[in-house]
Amino acid sequence: MADKRFALLQGNEACVEGAIAAGMRFYSGYPITPSTEIAENSAVRLPQVGGKFIQMEDEIGGIAAAIGASVAGVKAMTATSGPGFSLKQENIGYAAMAEIPLVVVDVQRSGPSTGLPTSPSQGDVMQTRWGTHGDHPIIVVSPSSVQETYNLTVRAFNLSEKYHTPVILMMDEIVGHLREGVELIPAEELEIVNREWWPERERARHPYRMEPGQLVPKMTPFGGGVGYNITGLSHDGEGFPTNSNEKTAELMNRLFDKINKNLDDIVTYEEQNLDDAEIAVVTFGGAARSVMGAIDKARSMGMKVGMFRPITVWPFPEEQVRALAKKVKHILVVEHNNGQLVLEVERLAGGNCPVSLLGRMDGSVIKPDEIVEKLKEVSK
Amino acid sequence: MPSELVYQYFRQAKLPHIWCPGCGHGILMKDVVTAVDNLGLDRGKVCIVSGIGCSSRAAGYMDFDTIHTTHGRAIAFATGIKLANPELTVIVITGDGDASAIGGNHLIHACRRNIDLTVVVFNNNIYGMTGGQYSPTTPTGDFGTTAPYGNIDNSFDLPDLARSAGATYTGRGTAFHVPQTIKLIENGIKNKGLSLIDCMSVCPTYYGRKNKKGSAVDMMKWQRDNAVDYKKAQTMTEEELKGKLIIGEMYHKEMPEYTAEYQKLIERVGGAK
Repeated sequence: MADKRFALLQGNEACVEGAIAAGMRFYSGYPITPSTEIAENSAVRLPQVGGKFIQMEDEIGGIAAAIGASVAGVKAMTATSGPGFSLKQENIGYAAMAEIPLVVVDVQRSGPSTGLPTSPSQGDVMQTRWGTHGDHPIIVVSPSSVQETYNLTVRAFNLSEKYHTPVILMMDEIVGHLREGVELIPAEELEIVNREWWPERERARHPYRMEPGQLVPKMTPFGGGVGYNITGLSHDGEGFPTNSNEKTAELMNRLFDKINKNLDDIVTYEEQNLDDAEIAVVTFGGAARSVMGAIDKARSMGMKVGMFRPITVWPFPEEQVRALAKKVKHILVVEHNNGQLVLEVERLAGGNCPVSLLGRMDGSVIKPDEIVEKLKEVSK
Repeated sequence: MPSELVYQYFRQAKLPHIWCPGCGHGILMKDVVTAVDNLGLDRGKVCIVSGIGCSSRAAGYMDFDTIHTTHGRAIAFATGIKLANPELTVIVITGDGDASAIGGNHLIHACRRNIDLTVVVFNNNIYGMTGGQYSPTTPTGDFGTTAPYGNIDNSFDLPDLARSAGATYTGRGTAFHVPQTIKLIENGIKNKGLSLIDCMSVCPTYYGRKNKKGSAVDMMKWQRDNAVDYKKAQTMTEEELKGKLIIGEMYHKEMPEYTAEYQKLIERVGGAK
């Protein structure tokens, strides 16, 4: 697979190829439908490139070992779905707090609980944002095609390395199991970001101590002879536990600032046919594929419809959706859940235009014709 | 005067430690660095991984690359560190609850893989950090704040559990038996595989007080007076061993080690550069 430039792949397979191109050399996880192909392909591909794959005893071990590998300086990923994603939450918070680069893939399936293991859903929108306890920043990106899965997996690694944060690649069963042609752009043609660390030991001993204007720590891989501490407790600039409210505020504000002050770099989205649109459909991930079909059809029927698709779901493209609500007459949100992203859109629309939802939680795919019907309804 | 090792291997600015007066953990923590020093290891290649609880605060005091992780997950984090970079000496410092209750699954599977980690359990028979609840190593009949009428659970024998799960070096030390415990940790580090050293601490504040075990000194004297070496214990009857604490090296067997086996796999599939 590696020597071919073009291939017919599932989204899950493209994710692994993208990860390897980005420099992933460690995968630890636990089998779970519909993400298992990511583990299987990692098991095949990683040793071929000198990397390591380990099937852990459970989902929690899967993310914990990946964080450990990242601490040792190796780009690491874990993948899961619904029930497993719930189990990973505590350590997502750990990686956010301790600022460890990590990619977590959630190939969403229908829930709650064991739900419909092989059926599509997009019910984890809010869990990707708020699944772990406590205030924390997070980056979540969501692909709509196999090609985008490849490219976005690379981007997920780059963002995690650049901002020292867990990045969640929020896929869904639709894209994970979809087979499409994909260009496996080789690493040397991609922008690859690698974490930085202080060259001098004395400075490296305090990786969380910030220089003026610095927002992201520089952490030497373990074994580098530095001798510093990492903890999930609230910590000071030296990386040691503190009970100080002031130091905690400083840490928490910086964790948010490093994301919020770089929205131009982090937030990406796609706009289609919005120039003359009277109705905007906001959607993401696999649902966007039905929306694209629906828009073609609606346009052929003379309706002025366009699509706004957050590729970075969190932080949500707030500014863009605010502006959109002032421009169009109606926003329709299409998502495979009972209304999660729509809450964000409603908040940002702020009454400037009506917002409707076409949701679904029975495990079936929302079809283009259903979207066209809904578009007719809201345009009345 | 404090030992030279304290200046050499501890983060002076972080001392004194937070453990209660009379806690055995400080002794055990020094046993770990003494073992590292005796083996002449390159300290830059030594990582200390801990979980959550009293035991796990040790990481913050020890001047190596140290990581204080989440409750029960130290062994899983350590697995990632070791597999990512097998050159490192990875020592896990954990407690009885951290290792064998919430982290029990990671413990048995790390043993099964025989991955080269040295798991040092600071075993105080109680959840200390949360104030004295019974743990998987609280003896049956003993008291804790959540066993107000006496513990009806059976307890784990950690070296026995580890050996059954596939660990290739196991033993038990105590806060009292310092030279023996250091030797066990040294041997555990030297063993290429999963080593578990069950280090009996003393917790006068919670376990001791709840169970009328007296002062820290009384508890250490109990360790001195009731410890029986593993080899000698093999010659004793169950009756004679009642109320005794079996210590010493319990098991050592050379077996293929996980990260070495993975390296062979990489070479087999042509991934070695």
